[in-house]
Amino acid sequence: MGALVGGRQIVAPGSGTPRTGRRVFSKRERLEAVQFYLLIGPWLLGFVGLTAGPMLYSLFLSFADFDLFHAPRWVGLQNFQYLFMSPHPLSILWKSLGVTAYFTFLSVPVSITGSLVLALALNARIRGVPLYRTLFYLPSLTPAVASALLWIWIFNSKYGLANAVLRSLGLPGPRWLTDPYMVIPSFVLMGLWGLGGNTMIIFLAGLQGVPTHLYDAAEIDGAGAWQRFVAVTLPQISPTVFFNMILGIIGSFQVFGSAYLMTGGGPEYATYFLVFYIYQEAFKSLHMGRGSALAWILFIILLFFTLLQFGLSRRWVYYEGEQAR
Amino acid sequence: MKQSSLARPRSLGISATRTLMHAILYATLTLGAIVAVIPMAWTLSSSLKDSAHIFTLRVQWIPDPVVWRNYVDLFAKLPFPRFISNTMIIVVSNVISAVLMGSLAGFAFARLKAPGKSVAFIILISTMLLPSQVTLIPRYIIFKVLGMIDTYWPLILPGWLGGGPFEIFLFRQFFMTLPVELDDAARIDGCGTARIYWSVVMPLSKPVIATIGIFNFIWAWSDFFGPLIYLNSMEKFTLALALATLRRSAEMSTRWELVMAGSVVSILPMLIIFFLGQKYFVQGIALTGLKG
Repeated sequence: MGALVGGRQIVAPGSGTPRTGRRVFSKRERLEAVQFYLLIGPWLLGFVGLTAGPMLYSLFLSFADFDLFHAPRWVGLQNFQYLFMSPHPLSILWKSLGVTAYFTFLSVPVSITGSLVLALALNARIRGVPLYRTLFYLPSLTPAVASALLWIWIFNSKYGLANAVLRSLGLPGPRWLTDPYMVIPSFVLMGLWGLGGNTMIIFLAGLQGVPTHLYDAAEIDGAGAWQRFVAVTLPQISPTVFFNMILGIIGSFQVFGSAYLMTGGGPEYATYFLVFYIYQEAFKSLHMGRGSALAWILFIILLFFTLLQFGLSRRWVYYEGEQAR
Repeated sequence: MKQSSLARPRSLGISATRTLMHAILYATLTLGAIVAVIPMAWTLSSSLKDSAHIFTLRVQWIPDPVVWRNYVDLFAKLPFPRFISNTMIIVVSNVISAVLMGSLAGFAFARLKAPGKSVAFIILISTMLLPSQVTLIPRYIIFKVLGMIDTYWPLILPGWLGGGPFEIFLFRQFFMTLPVELDDAARIDGCGTARIYWSVVMPLSKPVIATIGIFNFIWAWSDFFGPLIYLNSMEKFTLALALATLRRSAEMSTRWELVMAGSVVSILPMLIIFFLGQKYFVQGIALTGLKG
């Protein structure tokens, strides 16, 4: 029979699975399975009803015309045709994709580099680190709305702090949020304010996990500070960089709040980000079919970038447990 | 300290270089800290100015006069207490559901065996990276069909239906660090699975409970997109949504000091929570990052 430890059958070797190939579940195992599904039941229900189901439904909707008041009407590829090939003036989708990509590929490298630099600074053996860490973290605690209002005020061309400071230095104050060429850099600048947030904390944790004996060994071999950084620090934290990059790109592509609260998608569509476009189409114009199509376009883009990054990661992400090439 | 003759810089002595580096570091960090704090100080300062002084070309840090009445006005002219209590309903529900449902499911993943478990786990992980927009519209439609638009249900229910995959994942990771021997010992004493969860595992999980509770509090307090699409009547608005609407209202755009005061009110609880639960922050974020 075998001993009973922790409720699990310990069966003597060779006496377990019957030769029919079908596993016999003990009463204990059956009970455990029931308990498992009971406990994850709500999540499973939520997954089917609020995630998987809706995903399929939105896929269907993207091929339909639906405005909430009439039944959905199948229109095939019409939504996609409209989005991609609208001739007049320039299809909004391409503009939207462009500005979203511009924002993402500007802000993600800046924020990753910036947080890493901050984390490195905080990782140095100096006094007062907890205080600095706290101060740096505070901006990321500000609710998005409060932060947006704050920056609208700071970026106000006439009365805002930003231009007041520039004027006192004798420099002209740009029209931060009303100049189509300045507005995305302004958003990126706003993002810099939150550099000491979660990304940096994750980097800090990663940095503190680098075994010090590696640094010692490098020093013995004559490596200078920069060399130690490149040869020891960077490879050791590359998984952390990878993690932050993936989250960063996924997050940046979904930028919405600043556009909604600060610029309304303007000026001249300069901040008409993809999620803002989805919001406009689905909830303002009630083109739920088009909105769904846009959502799926976003999803596919993000899927593409995530898979791309996972694929490329083999080249540059170094995991401690792996054999050297 | 291991010294190597090859590593000695040629121009300055080692300690001089180190001091210089430290000085630069301190200067940069202090500058950074100032930059981080200035916008908040500016908000506070603006919130205490009066209408005449807020729109000035010259930068004025200390308001003169200091108008504490702005905050009184804020609570008098607008139903701010209402907005706060609305927000609290949603926040409290989300915190409780995240901790409860997340730990139950996390416990299942960490401790129980069942056929199909690995499939379920893969599904869990993949939902973590899913952009929410792709379920946004159908969810809205579902809630509309259920007649739940302009109620708090769409903002509360998802938390109870398994909460978020992040919470489940974090609980699972944490529970897996607790030795199984504890479970076995309890079982020998006659505890069923439920008792093990409640009396053995959860009491040991205070750190992760605190972390998840705090993060959910912050998220639910700040969230304005959910309320934006699901709430229509102003008296149901949450604080974040109310502030967002404030910005667009004609009356308020001339009384910017009130908008700033509102912002301060919305930031304050976040600061308080942070200072009370500081250690859980770093710990919690690191948990997400390193196991991710």
